[in-house]
Amino acid sequence: MLGEGIVKGLFETARNFLGSYVDKDRLVTVQYPEERHPLPEAARNFPFLLYDGDDPEAGLRCVSCHICEKECPPRCIYIEKSTDKKPDFVGKPQFYPARFDIDVSVCMSCQICVEVCPFDAIRMDKEFELSTDDRFGGLMWTKKELSKPNEYYQKIHPVEAAETDARRAEDVEKAKAKAAAAAAAKAAEVAKAAEAARADDEGAGKEPSKG
Amino acid sequence: MSRDLMMDATGNDERLAPTYGAGQHRLKAERESQILEVSIGPQHPSTHGVFRMDVKLDGERVVQLKPVFGYLHRNHEKIAENGSYLAAIPYTDRLDYLCSMTNNWGYTLAVETLAGITVPERAEYIRVIMAELTRFQNHAGLVGFLLQDMGASGTPLMYAFREREKILDLFEAVSGARMMCNYLRFGGVRVDCTPEWMKETRELVGVLPRFVDEFERLLRGNEILMARTQGVGVLPRELAVNAGVTGPMLRATGVNYDIRKVDRYGIYDRFKFRVPLGEHGDVYDRYMMRVLEMRESISILEQALKEIPEGPVQDPKTKLRGLRPKAGEAYGRIESPKGELGFYLISDGTMNPYRYRVRSPCLINLTILEDMCLGQSVADVVVTLGSVDIVMGEVDR
Amino acid sequence: MNVSFTMAGGLAERVDQIFVTLDHWAVAHTPGPLQWLVQILLIVVPILAVFPGLFALTTVLERKGLGRIQNRYGPNRVGPYGLLQPVADGLKALTKEDLVPRTADGVVHYLAPLVIVVTAFLVYAVLPVGRNMTAVHLNAGLLFFFAIGSATELAVFMAGWSSRNKYSLLGAMRAIAQMISYEVPLILSTIAVIMIAGTLAPEKIVLAQASYTGIFPHWYVFTPWGFAGFLLFMTAAAAETNRSPFDLPEGESEIIAGYIVEYSGFKFALFFLAEYLEIFAVSGLGITLFLGGWSAPLSFLAVIPSWIWFFAKLMVMICTFIWVRGTLPRLRMDQLMNFAWKFMLPMALVDMVCAGVWRFLPGGALWSVLRWVICTVIVVVPYVALARGLQMGKKVEQRVYRYAEEG
Repeated sequence: MLGEGIVKGLFETARNFLGSYVDKDRLVTVQYPEERHPLPEAARNFPFLLYDGDDPEAGLRCVSCHICEKECPPRCIYIEKSTDKKPDFVGKPQFYPARFDIDVSVCMSCQICVEVCPFDAIRMDKEFELSTDDRFGGLMWTKKELSKPNEYYQKIHPVEAAETDARRAEDVEKAKAKAAAAAAAKAAEVAKAAEAARADDEGAGKEPSKG
Repeated sequence: MSRDLMMDATGNDERLAPTYGAGQHRLKAERESQILEVSIGPQHPSTHGVFRMDVKLDGERVVQLKPVFGYLHRNHEKIAENGSYLAAIPYTDRLDYLCSMTNNWGYTLAVETLAGITVPERAEYIRVIMAELTRFQNHAGLVGFLLQDMGASGTPLMYAFREREKILDLFEAVSGARMMCNYLRFGGVRVDCTPEWMKETRELVGVLPRFVDEFERLLRGNEILMARTQGVGVLPRELAVNAGVTGPMLRATGVNYDIRKVDRYGIYDRFKFRVPLGEHGDVYDRYMMRVLEMRESISILEQALKEIPEGPVQDPKTKLRGLRPKAGEAYGRIESPKGELGFYLISDGTMNPYRYRVRSPCLINLTILEDMCLGQSVADVVVTLGSVDIVMGEVDR
Repeated sequence: MNVSFTMAGGLAERVDQIFVTLDHWAVAHTPGPLQWLVQILLIVVPILAVFPGLFALTTVLERKGLGRIQNRYGPNRVGPYGLLQPVADGLKALTKEDLVPRTADGVVHYLAPLVIVVTAFLVYAVLPVGRNMTAVHLNAGLLFFFAIGSATELAVFMAGWSSRNKYSLLGAMRAIAQMISYEVPLILSTIAVIMIAGTLAPEKIVLAQASYTGIFPHWYVFTPWGFAGFLLFMTAAAAETNRSPFDLPEGESEIIAGYIVEYSGFKFALFFLAEYLEIFAVSGLGITLFLGGWSAPLSFLAVIPSWIWFFAKLMVMICTFIWVRGTLPRLRMDQLMNFAWKFMLPMALVDMVCAGVWRFLPGGALWSVLRWVICTVIVVVPYVALARGLQMGKKVEQRVYRYAEEG
């Protein structure tokens, strides 16, 4: 009780004070906005919709299956299905969302919509400097504001994007192979039908030549 | 403080049979000019969130204390009962918002018990690593806040948060968010940890003991700290057990009850760690419990990081969506940094739980506040409240 | 007095006395009837300019110093290295709405900050800031200092009472109890100095310390009784001015925000100004009594002007206050009182005895070593005994913790 604990404490703070001028570990402030702490790859903030290619309407991956809308915990997604279909990345005609709204003031960045989406259509963005002075419309994002190209996704989440792109390329290959096989099968069928027709024709054609 | 103030209607001195709960002590004669009624909170730098205490003071001594909470009630249990089982996981992050990983674990433990889901081994190790990292950063933050309440003008708090930031950076690298991690799933964890993450964690765990040493050097022998916390906010052992207090608060009174050792949930029986016990049950003991538990967490982390096997991190049979456990009930409890966190689920076979109930350790620990604070001065009330370690998100749900 | 001016000789002396020379020149060049006015102005205006400027610098220094202790930058946006931050704070204080509670006693509420600031400024009149640079030469300068300095407690009471707010009244009561309790060790620790120096005038006390043996000075802090007295004085000074770890009256993390809770805007700034001015004043007095005032620490350093030495020592004291603030938690009210009455008061009395023994032991080579030993023992033994005594009944100690057995 003689005060040595206090003196030890004083030495500890003095060490931190002097250390803050020489040791990076003792001055941990990142002077935002001039310096920025780099975000790790997995960081997430709010979702966005992906489209392939240049046209956000034609290349939009979302097929309006409503799974993310159902699974979203705070129910911040609102989707309206379209009435017509458009071809997706393997060529199959699919519905697309006529309306896709996310109320970002409700969204809690839980990432469940990303996890449950079977079509790799929705992913998490990292952008956090999103202040707006429009209290009502500024935080209700529509399909146009949410659509971002695949190149953007590759920039912010390179590892995930590489894995997704590889998988989709495989699917495209498989679809092409299937289509080729189907085309080959169809061609074989047509050839067989033609063969049969020619055989018929030959059989039938022999008589007129006789007479 | 004169004794006639503490008698109840039958003339018995109520202090001989302490009861706990809001405002059980009735004052026979409130002499207006002598009793000062003060409301501490809800907006106050030291009440750890929106929490109010109606305190009646006789000079400097507390004669009655009524805790008032509910300012942060967000209907968590009703929301979980209206959504699917998966949808409740992000809401559990926000219960005790400083310790999201352990909250997730309590809930997924309950659901896995209910639905009979098994967890692969690598996922169990990852869960232990995340839980112990959470425990470390919670205790570091708490010790910093306790000293901040005592007026140390932020210095220990900044040191504690410096280390806490490193742990939160690890959480962000693996799950995407620093605090609301939403990382555990039924049957495992959401994504695997990369080898780079493992390397960073090993490096951090190597550095952490130095921080605990520095912290202890700053504070342990500090006479002012000892004078302000020893003998303050004493909680007797029987009262603690009767009141259902759990966690470091209970162990500070000397009762050996750590759910990691009692239930051996997860794979905790594979790790060698000790359970520190206190003796006097005062604020100093509770503070030292947390410091010693930080060291034990480091030891568990070192063991887990060494032994973690390769393998899948999710049970392949479990569906992500549309989980419909068979009808029944389950209670899953874990040792969260604050105490026993329990989730009670009743399922009726549909997609939504029939009943979802959270046994919140902070709430139960808080009911004993009045008995700890009677007869002490106001400055001690603030210090005692700090040592209970409440997070209002969990108290109010 | 053996103050040597080497090398530049006359130049060093002229720089040292430059303000005195300017003062004489200005007075000589004003017409006779106005000379008294110019003399007064030349005393008052520098004090009013320098010490509030030092206050502004200290607020920035404190925030940056605390920041560096806490591993962060302090304010660094306003001006280079944040040095213009006090300007921003001052503008903020001036432009805030001045709220006076409706039921408050308006006149007293208005006067309280004025009283505290005026008394805080008055005590600078007797501090010897440099050689021949005391504002007012009073033979009982020390008495004047303590008498006026105690008047700040009146202003605290005025503030607490007039706010008509039970919390601020309680805060004011605590503050006054603390300040009055610590007046006693504060004054008693200076009695030893008065005894040895034989005078109550601060400038003569400095002159008594401004001599050197070889190169080492005769500061009182380098004696056992002086060292103990210095520590006592500075601790009591920290408590007097409500400085951490004794800042319970203005503690933010208690319910009672203190006697200044009903003040906003510029009056609040005046209370802060008064607190810092008191810190400078009482540190200045500590420097005068124990650290040799304006004299240089080593004889060959006397080429540097005396007023630079005074302010350098003042800055060291301020930095120590900031350092202590950044480290220690605050004491509780009853612990504060115990500390003052049961520890510091007996230590101050012991210190007086020690000073007397030091003074009246015979001279000679053997005795000069022995008196060091004797006086150190006289100071250390009661210190240890009293420190142990403070623990009695509370059993404050370091504890060893056990672990549960593996089960």
